[in-house]
Amino acid sequence: MNDLAESARLALHLVATADAELRGIVWLSLRVSLASALIACAVALPVGALVAVGKFHGRRAAVVLMNALLGLPSVVVGLLFYILLSRAGPLGRFGILFTPQAIVIAQAFLVMPLVAALSRQFVEDAWVEYREQLRSLGVSRLRAVPTLLWDLRLSLSTVALAGLGRAASEVGAVMIVGGNIDGVTRVMTTAIALETEKGDLPLALALGAILLAIVLALNGAAYALREWSARRHG
Amino acid sequence: MTCNLARPAFAILALAALLAAPAASAADDFITVASTTSTEQSGLFKYFLPEARKALGFDVHVVAVGTGQALDMGRRCDADVEFVHDKVAEEKFLAEGYGVRRHDVMYNDFVIVGPASDPAHAKGHDVVEALTRIAAARQPFASRGDKSGTDAAEKRFWKMADIVPRGAWYRETGSGMGPTLNTASGMDAYALTDRGTWLSFRNRGDLVILVEGDRRLFNQYGVMLVNPAKCPSVKKEMGQKFVDWVISPQGQKTIASYRVGGQQLFFPDAKAGS
Amino acid sequence: MASRAPFSLEARGLRVVLGSHPAIDGVDLAWNGESRMAVLGPNGAGKTVLLRTLHGLLAPDDGRVLWSGAAALPGDQAMVFQRPVLLRRSALANVEYALAVRGMARAQRRERAREALAAVGLASVADRAARVMSGGEQQRVAIARAWALRPRVLFLDEPTASLDPNAAADVERVMGEIRGAGTALLFTTHHLGFARRMADEIVFLHGGRITERTPADRFFAAPRSREAEDFLRGELP
Repeated sequence: MNDLAESARLALHLVATADAELRGIVWLSLRVSLASALIACAVALPVGALVAVGKFHGRRAAVVLMNALLGLPSVVVGLLFYILLSRAGPLGRFGILFTPQAIVIAQAFLVMPLVAALSRQFVEDAWVEYREQLRSLGVSRLRAVPTLLWDLRLSLSTVALAGLGRAASEVGAVMIVGGNIDGVTRVMTTAIALETEKGDLPLALALGAILLAIVLALNGAAYALREWSARRHG
Repeated sequence: MTCNLARPAFAILALAALLAAPAASAADDFITVASTTSTEQSGLFKYFLPEARKALGFDVHVVAVGTGQALDMGRRCDADVEFVHDKVAEEKFLAEGYGVRRHDVMYNDFVIVGPASDPAHAKGHDVVEALTRIAAARQPFASRGDKSGTDAAEKRFWKMADIVPRGAWYRETGSGMGPTLNTASGMDAYALTDRGTWLSFRNRGDLVILVEGDRRLFNQYGVMLVNPAKCPSVKKEMGQKFVDWVISPQGQKTIASYRVGGQQLFFPDAKAGS
Repeated sequence: MASRAPFSLEARGLRVVLGSHPAIDGVDLAWNGESRMAVLGPNGAGKTVLLRTLHGLLAPDDGRVLWSGAAALPGDQAMVFQRPVLLRRSALANVEYALAVRGMARAQRRERAREALAAVGLASVADRAARVMSGGEQQRVAIARAWALRPRVLFLDEPTASLDPNAAADVERVMGEIRGAGTALLFTTHHLGFARRMADEIVFLHGGRITERTPADRFFAAPRSREAEDFLRGELP
């Protein structure tokens, strides 16, 4: 109980004084999570939609694979990218290991299966409704993908937010490929992990509360945007 | 369809690239130092790296992992400098040709903490005696068990006592110093910890320092430049400058001036002319 | 009535199986579009399935559908469904979408779309979101969309089913204009009055089979088949 009270006090103090280190960590977290979520969406939303409306050999296998990847442990992804990006690895010469760019890449790959699987589900459900009309209009399956993605933008924005939340909460892979370097690759989640390791639970909880508040705020804003859009467009 | 998808996709990717782009100043003006979690958690780096930056003119990025992993980083050429505290492992690293030269830097010490009531009567200044008593009394003991420098030291002490710790009383947590201490605190167990982590550890519960001062408990740190011959990507000029600074009188003084709770944590011992 | 290029439809021995039994079985139909054709029949007779098969949305399990002449290409046909499927954009954008898919240039699309909406009486609400419109308006947007494509053949599946009498009257009027501009109409309906006014020929479908094909006024006065008689009397649902 003491821990919680002290965390609350700490959290408020950190925010009120706009603690410089906290600001740096928060800004970095936002940047990398947004970037990786954007990349994941740019790739996975169309892929999910394509699998949903497509008719091709191995489509069912693709669906099974996409759903299976949802259970991919993040530390495994972290390790894979560590090996890839390490100087001793195939992509070592780019020197990306232990930089925010490495975090973005690893997180993007972690978020992609989630976005793809959800996108596929939403588009597949809608396809039942749209299919014949689009076909009648001469819209090919391929051409239908951008149409559906835009038409389902309200639902898919929820998917994007789920992806963003997944990215923002990632710690294992970020630790491995980022190295949790003070001032360089320390994000909120790895900072929380560090403070927990040190046994400074109140600070860890305080950071956790701040992270939650940010994610809540993002979701709240997105919800408001969706409400407004739904009222306008039905 | 491609142009309908390509344009928004590129726009999104461009935005992502903008967000993820490295700061203009980031460039190559830094070295990567592999060190250990216990050193990072002691707060030493936060304290002396700003001094280093002033003296050297470049940034030092510290990646803190377990000792084993830190040395592996060097073998993979992902670090420019090693800053760990496991002389045996460091000498092996050197022998394999991955390090250029090893310099003593500083030492801190380990202590054994345990419940204030000390059911095993371990209190004193003899680590081997203490461990023998703890094992005999089968009192709970929390061990890191994670291939770290601290863990390696602990295993060495057990070996010195000629004991193979086994049984329900000996708990390997497989994790860092903080969590292991958390476990010890929760279980009222004994544990071996470095003094630095202990001094900043806030969740002590009923635990106090019971064993300290045994010379064998001193934890020696060494610094090495990763061998550019084995790793062409090593930033050897900057790396060497850092190594030189750490063992220089200025660097040593900075280390000595670091305090936690009013106490000095690290005792510089770089040999003159080394 | 403006005449458009001739075409012919030949459907032979059509059989479509949905689920465990055939929805239509052994259907032959020849049509050149000169008469407005209505397909009538009780629920489950297979009317919608027939339309979808003729339009090419369903592949028959047996038999074939052959279009030739000016209706030979899929792009020459359009269909309005019973429940309009519109995109989440404005009415105007919906119509423009259909034209964009056909490759029409932007300026031309906009003009043609406005024209089509004006023709169905929706010019003033062209920029409103299509999905928030009433059922009747949505159906008219769907018709405007089809009309903008200037199809040779327009299929309509129960176009007035979910509409109130006012909206239904609007649809009738628009269909008349579309026909006047030269598009052939083939539709299904439940509304006998609508059929009487809008059709030249009736095809009666029962149990997946065509039981008769009769000029409209003769059909309503004295149908030839028993099933059609029962239907008109209201005994078949």
